[in-house]
Amino acid sequence: MSVAESTFYGLCAAALVGIGLYGLIVNPQPLRKILSFNLVGSGVFLIFGVVARRGAALGMGGDPVPQALVITGIVVAFSATALAVALVVRLHETTGAATLMPADAGEPPTP
Amino acid sequence: MNMALLFDGSLIVLILAVAVWTMAVRNSFAAVIGYATYGLLLALAWVRLAAVDAALTEAAIGGGLTSVLLIRAVVRLRSSESAARAETPGRVSRLLAAVLAGSVTAALALVVLTLPEPAPTLAPQVAANIASTSLGNAVTGVLLSFRAIDTLLEAVVLVFALIAVWTLTPDPLWGGRPGPRYELDENGMLAYLARLLPPLGIVVAVYVLWVGADLPGGKFQAGTLLAAMWLLAIMAGLVEAPPISQRWLRGALVLGTVVFLAIGFAGVPLAGAFLAYPEGHAKPLIIAIEAASMLSIALTLGLLVLGPPERGA
Repeated sequence: MSVAESTFYGLCAAALVGIGLYGLIVNPQPLRKILSFNLVGSGVFLIFGVVARRGAALGMGGDPVPQALVITGIVVAFSATALAVALVVRLHETTGAATLMPADAGEPPTP
Repeated sequence: MNMALLFDGSLIVLILAVAVWTMAVRNSFAAVIGYATYGLLLALAWVRLAAVDAALTEAAIGGGLTSVLLIRAVVRLRSSESAARAETPGRVSRLLAAVLAGSVTAALALVVLTLPEPAPTLAPQVAANIASTSLGNAVTGVLLSFRAIDTLLEAVVLVFALIAVWTLTPDPLWGGRPGPRYELDENGMLAYLARLLPPLGIVVAVYVLWVGADLPGGKFQAGTLLAAMWLLAIMAGLVEAPPISQRWLRGALVLGTVVFLAIGFAGVPLAGAFLAYPEGHAKPLIIAIEAASMLSIALTLGLLVLGPPERGA
């Protein structure tokens, strides 16, 4: 693949960010919001990948600095996701809440 | 038009289709399965972008571990699903959200299309200095030498995330074991796999760690594999998750960071700077850091998936 063709992956990444953002706003379930947020994150990482690919030089397939940043980013995104999931599960087990809406705006919480 | 372009085009269409389906499908369980598929497809995209290290990480963490975490959560939140669906926003809000998402995508696409030419790159600097680390893999060189401080702080972030998850423990259960008790089914498929796969997985993980110096691989990918093997044995009921109050466990969780910091501070008198390696000794020191970090990362990732304690020790 030539470096110019990596632009297609860049456009794909831009679309992924948009798809994830829409899901983040529209899906009422906290777990689905976490999923959507991960989709936005992966799109941002992919843009990093495209920038790295464009920086290919001296026999390296891509600029290793953004590639290393992405690896760090994926691991940090996972730990943030794990914390968010733990919070959602605890919220549900404590209050019975199904969404992040205030109790009077949505379904009454079951104690 | 050639085969490579056809492959890239099909892959991009497939990625976008799975992403849309993951967002749109009503059943959350299906959405998580969609996300696992999406992670694996994305790993292929990373390979096409010549970032095999990132592809391994995406497949292992993005596709694998995140999906295990989400599947466990979906099952526990299942009772709330229909109540939550009733709160789907109205048509106007959805339209506004679509407009916003569309504008963000358009802006990003514009940025991608107008990236500077020739592209700025640090690859020549990395190539000029990689010899001083005796490493063949430039990404490992960046992670463990040129930008070692990022990697050190990242290891700290992982431990912080685990501490934050553990703070969600109900008071009476503090110090207990995370996750439910998994019943062992002696003749079950899961028990069979949990006996068959871990020896292979451990060998592959050590291999991935070792070749990470010269080829794609490293401590994150190896640590994730080890974590997956450990979780498999736990979920099959072959071993129990350890109580979080155990001293050996807490020691092992910070082992990687401690070794990293010790070698980093030793660099001040020996090499003249924090996290600098003495001339000619970079590679053995980097492998020592990677080996210790792999164990800590494996334990931390596994415990992050298992969540806060749910039963007594």
